[in-house]
Amino acid sequence: MELLSTSLIDWSRAQFAMTAMYHWLFVPLTLGLGIIMAIMETMYVRTGNEQWKKTAKFWMVIFGINFAIGVATGIIMEFQFGTNWSNYSWFVGDIFGAPLAIEATLAFFLEATFISIMFFGWKRVGKKVHLTATWLTVTGATLSALWILIANAWMQYPVGMEFNPDTTRNEMINFWDIALSPVAINKFFHTVLSGWILGAVFVAGVAAWYLLKKRDTEFAKQSMKVAAGFGLASSLLIAWTGHGSAQQVADKQPMKLAVMEGLYEGGEGVGLIAFAIPNPAKESYNDGVDPYLINISIPKGLSWLSFGELDAYVPGIKDIIEGGYKEPDGSTALSFAEKQIKGKTAIQALADYKKAKKEGNETAANEYKEVLKANYSYFGYGYLDTPDQLIPNIPLVYWPFHIMVYLGGWFVLLFVVLSFFVYRNKDIENKKWLLWACLWTIPLAYIAGQAGWMVAEIGRQPWTIQDVLPLQAAVSAISVKSVMISFFLFLALFTALLIAEIRIMLNQIKKGPEDH
Amino acid sequence: MDYSFLQHYWWFLICLIGGLFAFLLFVQGGQSMLFSLAKDEKERMILVNALGRKWEYTFTTLVTFGGALFASFPLFYSTSFGGAYWVWMAILFCFVLQAVSYEFQSKPGNLFGRNTYRWFLFTNGLLGTFLVGAALATFFTGSDFTVNKENMADVINPVISRWGSEWHGLEALANPRNWLLGLTVFFLARTQACLFFINRLQDEKLVDRSRKFLLYNCVPFVIFFLAFVIWAFIADGFAVNPDTKEVFMEPHKYFNNLIEMPVAGIVFVVGVLLVLFGIGKTLLTKGYNSGIWFTGLGTVLTVCMLLLITGFNNTAYYPSATDLQSSLTLENSSSSEFTLTVMSVVSILVPFVLAYIIYAWNSLEKKRFDIKDFKDDGHVY
Ligand code: HDD
Ligand code: HEM
Ligand code: HEM
Repeated sequence: MELLSTSLIDWSRAQFAMTAMYHWLFVPLTLGLGIIMAIMETMYVRTGNEQWKKTAKFWMVIFGINFAIGVATGIIMEFQFGTNWSNYSWFVGDIFGAPLAIEATLAFFLEATFISIMFFGWKRVGKKVHLTATWLTVTGATLSALWILIANAWMQYPVGMEFNPDTTRNEMINFWDIALSPVAINKFFHTVLSGWILGAVFVAGVAAWYLLKKRDTEFAKQSMKVAAGFGLASSLLIAWTGHGSAQQVADKQPMKLAVMEGLYEGGEGVGLIAFAIPNPAKESYNDGVDPYLINISIPKGLSWLSFGELDAYVPGIKDIIEGGYKEPDGSTALSFAEKQIKGKTAIQALADYKKAKKEGNETAANEYKEVLKANYSYFGYGYLDTPDQLIPNIPLVYWPFHIMVYLGGWFVLLFVVLSFFVYRNKDIENKKWLLWACLWTIPLAYIAGQAGWMVAEIGRQPWTIQDVLPLQAAVSAISVKSVMISFFLFLALFTALLIAEIRIMLNQIKKGPEDH
Repeated sequence: MDYSFLQHYWWFLICLIGGLFAFLLFVQGGQSMLFSLAKDEKERMILVNALGRKWEYTFTTLVTFGGALFASFPLFYSTSFGGAYWVWMAILFCFVLQAVSYEFQSKPGNLFGRNTYRWFLFTNGLLGTFLVGAALATFFTGSDFTVNKENMADVINPVISRWGSEWHGLEALANPRNWLLGLTVFFLARTQACLFFINRLQDEKLVDRSRKFLLYNCVPFVIFFLAFVIWAFIADGFAVNPDTKEVFMEPHKYFNNLIEMPVAGIVFVVGVLLVLFGIGKTLLTKGYNSGIWFTGLGTVLTVCMLLLITGFNNTAYYPSATDLQSSLTLENSSSSEFTLTVMSVVSILVPFVLAYIIYAWNSLEKKRFDIKDFKDDGHVY
C-alpha cells in the first residue's frame, strides 16, 4: 500500500494543473466565438445578406475544430476528481458532485445535441430553427461554464454545508446558497467575459490578417464589425467583474489577496501596487527583508479596492499568520497556531466521537460532537504542521495577477481604438499598425486567461477546500509512479493534439471563407 | 419519499444511463469495423460520416454517467476511480482519442494523416467497449479494496478508500468472468453497429456486407453473453443482511434477485428477447431494416436490469472481494438525503432533454444516408 508523500501530492497537482490549463486553452474560444458566430447568423437571418451567412459559416468551422479538442480535454477533468483526488470526492462529493451532474445533464446535452443541427442542418431545417439551434449550442456552452464555476467557487468559499461525523463528510444543507453564492456569480461573469474577450480578440486578429493580406476584405470587415463592439463591451465589463473578484478574495481568502499583492505587512490604508518587482532574497515571511526591489504604488489603493474604504485594514501575510488584528466583522483574527490547535482538536474529536459511537457510549459521543462542531471551521488546519504551509507560491500568484490586470487595460485600449476606426472611419485596411496590434493580441488574450486561473488556483493553496481540506487530505492513495506515467501520457497526447489543432486552424484560415 | 427510496431511485437512474450508454456504444462498434466492413475509401467515408453524426451522444452519455455517479454515490466515485486507476485511465484515454478524430481526420494539416485518426477510432472501438464491459463485470465479481472512513482522523495518512493490488484495476483482467462481459460488450457494440448501418445507409454493398457482419458478430455476442449471465447466476453473489448490514456471500444471489423482483425478471427477459428479435428478424427477412430499434431497446432494458440486480434487493453493488465488509451498498455509499432530493428535482427535467434529443435526431434523419448527403450538408468528416 502506498504512503502519501509530498511528491505524490505535487505530481497530482501537476497533472490537474496541466490538464486544466489545456482544457482552458479551448473553452474560452468556444464561449467567445460561439456568441460571435451566433450574432453573425442573426445578422444573416435579419438582413438576408448571403455574405453574413458565409462569414458565420467560416467561424463555425473554426468553432468545430476547437470544440472537438475542448471536449477531448474535458472528459479527463471530470474523472480526475475520482482518480486523483479520491478522498476529496468522498469528503465533499455530496456537495461537489451535484453541479457536475447538473452540468452534464442540462448543459452538455444541450450543446452536443444542437451542435449537430448547427453543422448538418442548414438544408434540413428552416432558417429560424437553425438560428435557434446555434444560439442553443452557445447557451449550452455557457451553462456548462456556469455549473462548473459554481463547483469551483464553492471550493474557494464553501457554503451551504454541514459536517456529518457519522458519514465522515460534508453534506449539503442548502442548494441555493451554493448555486447563488456571491463568489460563484462573480466568477461566472468574470470568467465567461474572459472567454468573450478571447473570442473577440481572436476574430479581430484573424480578420486583421486577411486585411493585411488584402484578401476576403468584405468578410474581414464584417468580422471586425462584430468583434470590435463585442470586445469593447466585454473588456469594459471584465474590469468591473475583476474588481468584484478581488473584493470577494479580500473578503473570503485574505491570504490569496496578500499573495496577489506580495503584501507581507498589512495595515490601514494600504497602497495598490502599480508596478513593483518582488525581492528574490526574501525567504521567509518573518525574516524582515524588504519584499520589493522597486515599488510604485497608488496610495490607499488596495484598501479602497478591497473594501471600498480608503482607510480599511488589509492584513498581510505576516498578519494573517500571527493574527491579532480586527476582522471586518469585529472579531479578533486568530493566529495560525491558534487555528492549528482548533483544527487538531476537531480532528481528535472526530476520532473520539467514532470510538464512543462504536462503544455505544452516546453521552460521550454527543460531547465530542459538540467539540467537533465548535472547532470545525478550522478542521483543515489540523493537517498542517508549520505556518509556511499556509503561504501559496508568491511569484506564481503575484506575476500572473499583475499580468492579467495589465492585459485587461491593454484590451480596453485596443478595443476603444479599434471600435473608433471600425465604426467611424471606413478605411481600417490602411491602419497597418492597428492590424498588426490586433494580430499580436491573440496570444495575449490566452495568456490573460491562463494567468487568471493561476491566481485563482495557486492562490488557494494549500487548500482544495478553503480552510477545510488541504491537499494532503484530498489526494488518492496511488503510487507516485502511476501519477507520473499518466501525467506524461496526457501531456504527450494533449501536446500532439494541440499542435495538430493549431495546424488545422491555420490551414482553414489560409483557405479562407470562400471554400466553406 | 424516504431516504431508501431515493437511493433506489438513483441507482435505477444510473442503471438506465448505463443501459442507454450500452446502446449508444454502437458508435464504438462501428469504429471497430472501419477497416473490415469498409473495403475502400469511399465506403470508409460513408461509415465515418454516418457514425460521426452520433458520437457526441455516446460521449456525453458517458460524461453524464460519471457525473450522476459522483452526485449520487460519491463513495463509488472515490473508491473505484481512485483505486482501479489504470482501467479508468485507459478508458479515458480511448475516449480522448475519439473526441478529436472525427473532426480532425480529413482536415489538411492534421499532422498525423487520416489513417492515424482512424486507428484512434478503431482503438476506441476495441478497447473502449471491452474495458467498460470488464469494469462493469467487477460489479458481479468484486474488487480488491478496503474502505475505512475513520482514516480521515489519521493526520498522517487520511485516505479513506485504498486499493490492495499494485495493478490498480488491471488485475481485473486475471478473472475470466470479467473477460466474458468485456467481450460481450465488444461484440454487442459491433452487432448494433451492423443493425445501425443496415438502417441508415443507402449504399447496397455496405448494407449487404453489414448483414453478413451481423451474423459473424451476433454469434460470439450471444455466446459470451450467455456464458457471462449463466456464470453470474450460478455463482455466489454479494448479499447484504438488511438488519445487521453485514455483507455475506449468498448462493445464486443475482438469479434470486430476478426471481424475488419479478418485474425486473420480466423486463430482463423481455429485453433479451427484444435483442434477439431485432437480430433474428434482420437476418431472416430480406430488406428488413428496423432491427436496430428492437435490439437497441432490448439492450437498454437488459443492461439496465443487469446493473439493477447488483444493487437492489439488499445486494452490494460494488463488492470488495478482499474485505467483504468494505463493499459498497446503496445505503453506505450514497449522497445525503438532501442531495438526492435536490438531484431528484433536477431529474424531472430529463424527459425534456430526451425530447429535444429525439427531435434533433429526427430532424436530421428524414431519409437514408449516402455520400451525396454529407457533401450537401457541408460539414464533412
Ligand atoms: C481575458 C482574461 C482576463 C482579464 C483581462 C482579466 N481577468 Fe481576472 N481572471 C480571468 C481572466 C481575466 C479568469 C481566467 O476568468 C479567472 C480565473 C478564475 C476565475 O474565476 O476567473 C480570473 C480570476 C481573477 C481573480 C481571482 C478570482 C479568484 O481567486 O476566485 C481576480 C482577483 C481577478 N481575476 C481580477 C481581475 C482584474 C482586477 C482584472 C482587471 C482588468 C482582470 N481580472 C482581468
Ligand atoms: C479550466 C480552467 C482551470 C484552470 C486553467 C485551472 C488551473 C489550475 C492550476 C494551475 C492548478 C494548480 C494549482 C497548484 O497546484 O498550485 C489547479 C489545481 C486544481 N484545480 Fe483548477 N483550474 C481550472 C478550473 C478548475 C475548476 C473549474 C475546478 C473545480 C471545479 C478546479 C479544481 C482544481 C483542483 C481540485 C485542483 C487540484 C488541487 C489543487 O492543487 O488545489 N479547477 N487548477
Ligand atoms: C475541473 C473542471 C472541469 C471539468 C470537470 C470539466 C469537464 C468537461 C467535460 C467532461 C467536457 C466534455 C463535454 C462533452 O461531452 O461535450 C467539457 C467541455 C467543456 N467545458 Fe469543461 N470542465 C472543467 C472546467 C471548465 C471550465 C472552468 C469551463 C468554463 C468556464 C468549462 C467549460 C466547458 C465548455 C464550454 C465545454 C464544451 C467543449 C469546449 O468547447 O471546450 N469547463 N468540460
